[in-house]
Order: sequence, then C-alpha cells, then structure tokens
Amino acid sequence: MSPLLSIERLSVAIGGVTLLDDISLSLDRGQILGLVGESGSGKSLTALTVTGLLPLIGGRIASGRILFDGTDLASLGPAGLRKLRGGRIGFVMQNPMTALDPVQRIGEQIDVVSRLHLGLSGEAARARTLDLMGQLRIPEAAAVAEAYPHQLSGGMKQRIVIAMALAGEPDLIVADEPTTALDVTVQAQIIQILTGLVRERGLALLLITHDMGVVAQACDRVAVLYAGRVAEERAVDPLFERPAHPYAAALIGCIPREGMAEGSLKGIAGSVPPATQFPPGCRFHPRCPHAVDICRTERPLLRETPDGGLVACHLAERIAG
Amino acid sequence: MSEPLLVVKGLTKRFMTGGGWFARPRSMTAVRSVNLTVGRGEVVGVVGESGCGKSTLARLILRLIEPTEGDITLGGTRLSGIGQAELRRERRRMAMVFQDPYSSLDPRYTIAETLAEPFRVHGLPVTQQAISGMLEAVSLPASAALRYPHQMSGGQRQRIGIARALALRPEFVVLDEPTASLDVSIQAQIIELLAALREGFGLTYLFISHDLGLVRYFCDRIVVMYLGAVVEVLPDARAVPRHPYTRALMDSSFAPDPKARREIAPLSGEIPSPFNLPPGCAFAGRCSRAVEACRSASPPLTEEGGHAVACFNPL
Amino acid sequence: MTAPSPVSSALPGGLGVLRAAFGRPSGAIAGGWLVLIVLGAIFAPLLTPYAYDAQVLKEAFQPPSLAHPLGTDEFGRDLLTRMLYGARTSLSVSSVSILISVAAGMTLGAAAGYFGGFFDRAVTAVADLTWSFPEILIALILVAIIGPGVSGTMAAIAVAYLAQFARLTRAQIMTLKAETYVEAARSLGAGHAHILFRHLIPNALAPVLVSAMLATGDAIILEATLGFFGLGAQPPTPSWGSMMSSGSALLFKAPWIIVFPGLAVATTVIAINLFGDALIAALDIRDKLGSKP
Repeated sequence: MSPLLSIERLSVAIGGVTLLDDISLSLDRGQILGLVGESGSGKSLTALTVTGLLPLIGGRIASGRILFDGTDLASLGPAGLRKLRGGRIGFVMQNPMTALDPVQRIGEQIDVVSRLHLGLSGEAARARTLDLMGQLRIPEAAAVAEAYPHQLSGGMKQRIVIAMALAGEPDLIVADEPTTALDVTVQAQIIQILTGLVRERGLALLLITHDMGVVAQACDRVAVLYAGRVAEERAVDPLFERPAHPYAAALIGCIPREGMAEGSLKGIAGSVPPATQFPPGCRFHPRCPHAVDICRTERPLLRETPDGGLVACHLAERIAG
Repeated sequence: MSEPLLVVKGLTKRFMTGGGWFARPRSMTAVRSVNLTVGRGEVVGVVGESGCGKSTLARLILRLIEPTEGDITLGGTRLSGIGQAELRRERRRMAMVFQDPYSSLDPRYTIAETLAEPFRVHGLPVTQQAISGMLEAVSLPASAALRYPHQMSGGQRQRIGIARALALRPEFVVLDEPTASLDVSIQAQIIELLAALREGFGLTYLFISHDLGLVRYFCDRIVVMYLGAVVEVLPDARAVPRHPYTRALMDSSFAPDPKARREIAPLSGEIPSPFNLPPGCAFAGRCSRAVEACRSASPPLTEEGGHAVACFNPL
Repeated sequence: MTAPSPVSSALPGGLGVLRAAFGRPSGAIAGGWLVLIVLGAIFAPLLTPYAYDAQVLKEAFQPPSLAHPLGTDEFGRDLLTRMLYGARTSLSVSSVSILISVAAGMTLGAAAGYFGGFFDRAVTAVADLTWSFPEILIALILVAIIGPGVSGTMAAIAVAYLAQFARLTRAQIMTLKAETYVEAARSLGAGHAHILFRHLIPNALAPVLVSAMLATGDAIILEATLGFFGLGAQPPTPSWGSMMSSGSALLFKAPWIIVFPGLAVATTVIAINLFGDALIAALDIRDKLGSKP
C-alpha cells in the first residue's frame, strides 16, 4: 500500500528563487515524521506546500508532486484543496495567539470546522466540539467554549487550535512549531497530546520543529532539512545514535544535555545563507568541519544508509564509520 | 562561594494596574521578597516560565524598574536608595544583554555609533581602535563597524549587544534570555562566547532563562522562580531538585536522545492569576504532592548546605 | 522562513528617499511642479520686467496677451508678476508657520509622551480641545487678537496646526519608548536628554516631517483664506488669497484675476499632497501616520 502522504522530488519557487530543491518524503498513518532545521531551511515552506497554502505567499511548485492518499494535490484546484485543508488535512500553526479569531467565541470557531467539512448541524457540531475538547483534557469544556480567546492561556489556546485541526476528521495533521511559543511545561503537555492522538487514532503527524529534543521525544522518523534540501532522513534511533550527515550531528550537539561538561556545547559556525546566495556543491560545506574539495563543487545525492535511511553527504560513510 | 558581589534582600515589586474611571486599581505582585547573593566570578541562573517574574527581577536589580521594597547592594555600594545622578555613574559597573537582538539596537545608527554610545553617555573618549577591539572580542570583523543593524543576522546583532554591554568593563552583567530569539545553532555559539568573555574579563553573570537544560549547562547555581517567588536554589548544576515544580520543569525539557524518552506526568491545572493568588503555596493547585498545609500557609525558603527549597513536602 | 535575510540594501538616507519619491510618476510630476513654483518665487525679479506694485491704470483689465501672459488686474498691474511675488508670500508664510508649529508641537508632544504624568494629561487635553475646532476658526480668533498682517497669519497658522504635530509626536514617542534600545541606553546610564535626542526624536522624525509637508498644503489654503478675508498680508504686498479676493468682485468682468491665483493654490496644494504620498510610500511609514484626513 502506498503511504498516506508522499512528497516526490518536490521543488518550490517564489519569484524565481528556488527555496525547496528536490525534496522527497513520505509519511504513513500512525507515524510521526519530524521535519527539522534552522530558520531558512525550508521546513515551514514544506508545511505550507503540503497544506496547499503556497499561493498565499506567492509561491509555486516548480517540479515534482505531492500525493495525498494517492491523489496529486496539484490536480485538485483551489476548491478541492479547501475541502482537503481543515478536513482530511489538519493544520496547527506556530502561534496560537494569532491563530484564533479574537472576536469569536471558542466553541463557534471549532463548530464551524465540523459544520463545513462534515456537514453537521449546529447542535451536532457543538456536541462534537465538546467531545473533542474533553479528549484534549480541556477542563470545563462547556465554559471554555463560551469564552473568547483572550480569556485563555497560551497552552489552552494551542489545545483549541489542535481541536480545530481535529474537528474535520483529519488523516494527517501538519503541525508547524506547535510548541515554540509556549512554556516548557506546557510544551510537554502539547507534545504528549499530539503523540497520543497518533497512537490512539492512527493519525499521521508531520511535526515541524527546530528542536532536536522534541524530535527525540516524539518522532518515529526525522528529515533534517538544510537550505531547502534534505540532508538526512532516517528513523529517530539510528539518527541520534550515529548521525551520518555532519549537519544532523551538529544540530544534535547544539542542545545541552544532562551532565554535559562545560565547553562541550558546540554551535554551528555561520548561519544559513539567504536563498539567493546558496553556495554550489553541498550547501552546508561553508559551515562544515569535514568539508573537502568535492563538497565545494559537487552536489551530494541522497544515498541509502544500511538502516533504510537516506543521507546526502559525500563523506557519510567515513563520518558514520 | 567567593566574596559576594551582589546582595539582594527582600526585593519586592508590586504593579498597580487597571484603575480608571470605573475600575478600582488592582495590584499584582510581580516579585515577592526575593533574597539572592551572587559571588564574584559566579554565574547564577534564574529559571522559570513566562510570568514568573524573572525578567522583572533582572530589571529591579539594575534599577531599570524601581523596587517597591528591598535592598540591592553591588560590590559594597547600596544601589537602592541612591539618587538618579549617582545611579547613572554606578551603571558603569553593571550592564545588561537583552533578549531581542532586533529591537535592542537602534536601527538609525551604525554599529560603530552603537558601540560608542556607552562611552558617550559617560563623557569618555572613544577611538577607532576601541571599536575594533570590541568587535574583535565578540569575534566580529572590524568591517562590521560601518554596517547597520538590519544588515546583520540575529546572532551577529546579539554579539553587538554583548559588546555594547561590556564596553565599559562592568563587573556584573545581567543576561536576559540572550539566546531565546535565536536558532539553536546560534544559541550554542553565543553561550560559548559568553563563557569565553567571562573568563577573559573576570565577569559575574546573572543568567535569566526559561530553559532549565541550558541553565544547568551554563550556570554554577540555579534559582528557580514560580509566580514571583523563589521556590528553590540548587547549589550546583547536578543537584537533584527537591521542589516538585523544579522536578516538573526538569521532566519537561527533552534531551536530544530518544533513549531518554519518557512518559511525562503533565502538570494539571493552570497557573493561577497573579492578581488573585490563592493562600498558601502558589504551586499547590498543580502539585501532585500537595498536603493540607500547602493550601493554607506559604512554605518558607529553608536552606540546608546551600540547597534551599520552599516546600512543606519536598522530594 | 520568517527571519529577514542577513544582508539587504543600506538604509535609505535623505537623498535616497527623495530619489525614490521622484521615481514614482505622480511624485515626479508633483515634485517637478513644486520645484518650478519655488524657483519662480525665488527668481521672480529676474523672470518679469514689471514691478508687482507698478500701477498703470490705462492698462487695467487686460485679458491675457503676449505682453501680459496672464492679463492685468484692476490697477493695470501685471498678473503673472503678482502671482510670482504672491507665491513668495504664500509659500514663505505657510512653510515658516508650519516650521514653527512643528518645532513647538514636537517639543510639547515629545515631552508629554516621554515624561507622561500631569504634563502629558494637560498637553493632551489642550491638544484635543483645539483639535475639536476647525483650523480656520482658531486662525480667525487668533488674527482677531493679534491683528491682521503677515506675523498674525503666521502665528494663527502655527497654533492651528500645533495640536496635530503634538499628538503625532506624542504617539510616536510613546511607541518608541518601549523599544529595547531605549531600555538598553538607560542601562548604560543615559539621561533623559540623551534618550530623547539620540533615540526617540530621530526615530519619530520621518512621519512628523511628512505630515508637516502635507500640512503645508493645508496652510497655503488657510493663508489664502485669511488673505481672501483681508486678514493676511496687507496691500500692496501680493498674496494669492488677496488677489482672489479682489478678483471675486470682478468675476464676470475679468475672470482671469480670480482664476489664475485660484489655479495656483489648487495645483500647488495637489502637488504637495501627491508628493507627500510619494514620500510616505518611499519611507514606508503609512502605518505610523495618524488617521486625521
């Protein structure tokens, strides 16, 4: 059986600048795929492309395709995409403070999703809303449904946004940095809710984050993006145990962990270049401690790793070995 | 602990808000009776979630906000109680690095002008060499002097913010979430830089952060705040937390290691409103270990071997 | 994807902004017209063989001709000459009074916004009060007190627009005050003067100056109105307003006497507004200007 979401050799351009370059990813039901990288790596753009929101920011698919449950998203047209988005594909945005309409009651904002996508009546929609809020462990759901967004805390708002994403009976949830704007204890709650949904309902979750800690805690597979390209795509355990791409290794090394000796926290020199100034060869080579001549001239192609992952590095064997 | 550089006693800040034609003003205690000592050369971390008062505490200590009550002494000089003119002279000895490197630099001025500001404020001469030296200290090329802030990345701007803070060779520097607006890869660079500068200039840091993992990596001692009050002081980074809130914070930060994956017992309930604090321990409503006493009386901060905790039923 | 690119073009300086404003078609036409008017006013004595007050009664009421391109008035004075000299009065009175208004308004607004408290409430109350009257009414009251003439007109216009600049500056300063770089300056030991003059006012300047430019257009109309009522520059000094006033009685006999000064006022004000719009676009400060139409 083909996977639920399959991104095949996707390139995306905005105004003549190619921001995503030949990205391939796949995600199945009951799976969590982490998409990780620094700002400028193209991870949010991937989320927008998958949810069909690319035209909003003036972008277009230059080549490749996105298959959702066997259907090419490009063949759907705006109306078909609208039906899919909020319906079978739920979207959780980074900032819950701005994702909700400030002048509409919480309940109404969730109701409208199931009325629109499932054709439920007002009462049935509200019943479903309260049921969803209960599943997300929102206390006093009936009272919260009557509240306005400004009356709720950030963590509560993000749960409401998740409830909205769930209201259309989605098969896939795309979550773009869902916990970045939240406190750590709340982040832990939200991550737990999201992983619970995947395990219990067999949803697929595309989790976009910059935090390798969140990836390690939540994901099954992870794709590391750098400057619009996939650097490494593997199951979580082998990736953290023995990262094959120097960029993946460097990202892991950026996060302090228990008992780390002082001075052992390593940053990555420099920063992601703007899309108009991507270097030739391997785009990471100016920041890579291992770079050799071939990295400066020749683009490394994605190759299979022994454990069924993919890595785009000329020196992968040497580094991992 | 070495000779104390900063001594804070009973520091309290109440904000009055509301208060209009029809509303009675409400008071909110942002920082409640905080005692804190920072030894010379030490790095003390203050950690807590948004609204815990850590940023207010930082500004109170530097008297960027006037405290309601309490004493602040820096290197023998009592900061609380001196006049504005004297305070401005004392500012040479202390400095602050701000969270947002985008709004902390005036967009109208070149980097050279921004770095010259501390000297100008105190009527000191500043030379081209001094500017170049400051840039070198934070690993930026001398050519950066002629650029404007918007021509630089977030990490570079934060380096400028650090260089400006260190311009007059202060003894004491408050770092207010200096890496929270930056990518993790840049965060590590900035932390490395701060560590090197501390070594090079013999600095004392108060490091404000929401990230317990980062604080445990970088700091010698850790102060944990919840709703304006100190709930625990860990004597070193490896100390095992005794307060349930510190434990919850620690459980909530994810290590980059799938083997350390864990089921988290999520904190139930919401942070109470600071305008309407419940009697007793502020954390009691979310605490799984709360006992009867927690709901009626505030647990005092009691110290044992440098490890202080404010809890009736500690771990 | 949200982070701005680390390297982009340099901050546009004064010249860059002007070039950008002239780069738009409407900005170029409007700016060109304004330059023409200003040059005409400055070089008036070189551009015309006549004196603005030379009465040649036998040549009165002449329609436009080669000798008098815009005709002559009831005293036989050359209308083009009087228009050029009138531009001197109109432009200098309106711009000098707006300059005074901006200086006073910025001082009041900056102090109110920065220090707050009682002073702020007092300034805001007075500004709101004057703003609730039409400018012309305030101007008329002031001219009645000070007396007609150029200085009375200038004072009247300056006071009439004071509230606008005070309020705009105050709003700017209040927003800028919360910027971290201001707190950073305080943490370095900077005093009030340093913060106000090095950080707040320079950053508040652009929107205030553009709004001053637009107000100059309104001030030209106000000056012309006062002149029309005989309260502005006194004869024989020409001003567009007083020229229209004397032409109004002769509307049917010699329409050119009122039409040409009227056209001068209209085109100049439109040009100022169009150029102001181009400046706003070039500076990208549309959101910072208040909503006063």
